[in-house]
Amino acid sequence: MHEEILITARSNPPVDPVMHIWGWEISVYLFLGGLTAGIMFFSALMLLLNRDEEAPFSVNRLSLLAPVVLSLGMATLFLDLEHKLFVWRFYTTFEPTSPMSYGAWILVLVYPITLLQVLSTLRSGYPLLASLLTGTRPERVLLVCERWRRPIAWAAIPVAVALGIYTGILLSAFSARPFWNTGLLGPLFLVSGLSTGAALIALIARRHSEKRLFTLIDAGLILTELVIVALLLVNLSTGAQPQLDAAARLLGGDYTAWFWGAFVALGLLIPLLLEAAEIRATLRSLALLAPVLVLVGGYVLRVIAVDLGQETTWIDYGSEFNTELLERLH
Amino acid sequence: MTHYAMVIDTRLCIGCGDCVIACKTENKVPEGLNRDWVVEATRGTYPDLSTEFRSERCNHCSHATCVYMCPTGASHHWKDTNIVLVDPNKCTGCKACIAACPYDARLVMHPGGYIDKCTFCHHRVEKGLDPACVSTCPTRCMYFGLLDDPSSEVSELLRRRDYKVLAPETGNRPNVYYLT
Repeated sequence: MHEEILITARSNPPVDPVMHIWGWEISVYLFLGGLTAGIMFFSALMLLLNRDEEAPFSVNRLSLLAPVVLSLGMATLFLDLEHKLFVWRFYTTFEPTSPMSYGAWILVLVYPITLLQVLSTLRSGYPLLASLLTGTRPERVLLVCERWRRPIAWAAIPVAVALGIYTGILLSAFSARPFWNTGLLGPLFLVSGLSTGAALIALIARRHSEKRLFTLIDAGLILTELVIVALLLVNLSTGAQPQLDAAARLLGGDYTAWFWGAFVALGLLIPLLLEAAEIRATLRSLALLAPVLVLVGGYVLRVIAVDLGQETTWIDYGSEFNTELLERLH
Repeated sequence: MTHYAMVIDTRLCIGCGDCVIACKTENKVPEGLNRDWVVEATRGTYPDLSTEFRSERCNHCSHATCVYMCPTGASHHWKDTNIVLVDPNKCTGCKACIAACPYDARLVMHPGGYIDKCTFCHHRVEKGLDPACVSTCPTRCMYFGLLDDPSSEVSELLRRRDYKVLAPETGNRPNVYYLT
């Protein structure tokens, strides 16, 4: 027997009794950050490939969602901070060893670029909105952005990839959390982010050719994601003891149903089958279900990653301390 | 880097918890929060059991992952020593350092919201005093000093006695040593 227990009360919330420093705020942010990356990426890509006819929604209207979705994510990120008044401290320094510092500065790049993407397509995508500016000085800005729409799209692609992949690298850089500590998390979050972006387009685009194109793209991304998930499991289950403990949580432990049921089956396999059926035009009536499942699956992945990851550890003490005992002192 | 170390003799420690009380008193740590704690480790099969008490805290790692992960520079090594401190005026409370610490030695200060931890009582160390926990220990099982100085008590003990550190496999190079 080898048993290690705390014999003085260490009841530091949110570290004890089980670490729960990050909750839904971070899962939502990571999900919306990935979705923003997908939106930026595909609106830029479709514009660069001149798909105005085939995918008019992606080229002209989609980019407006990027700043909206990202702002929602930034709001929940802000809610998570414990020392909110000092949020500006992210921007008085750059810390080259901290992925979170890279993330803070990437977000500073993302906003103006999404704004430029919106402006460069405003007249073709939202003519009513653009007409409000007719004859005013800002209209000149629109015209300049339109002329530069290809360079703007070229700039959006690497920034979108950086945004999508950093959310995964952020977690994977924590050597103290064995579940996160794998380089596969960056690619996994990037592909998942792009997949949710493609699903969103398949969900709201009106033109059939565009729905079909993004159903096809999403199916490819889901296949890629399945491969990365398989590699992640191989990586965990061939690791050292802390990784094996984390793998056991997914392979029979308390996260098994969430991981296999809600993420792998509902979020990846079933939408992949539905999309395959849709591409072969046999199951039109379920066309809306696949992208909805992909979006839900993308969020479930972030929840599992954040919740399970922070609980995995190198050192795990038993504790009999009951915080209710403290309350009785009053 | 000036290299401070704490050495704790597990053969003398009786797990009384005075180090915890001393810390709370010296550093005015609010109710319900703790910068240090005591672990009782039991090994063997009855009746062949052995027990070890360990007073634990931040390990003031030479390779401090909390410092590397901090996005604002709030977590830092104090004055080119291995003592890890948090500057509340730079801390956003993002909790990256809590996730980065393999020893779970950090806490969220209440009601402040910034991240707090053991400081090795650097305000006492500056005056040439031992940290509060070390100076209070009734069994005198705790030692504090400079590892750079080969004649210091801590260097001497680590030369003479068998010792271990916690989870060296994390690569953090911890600086709290346990004599076994």
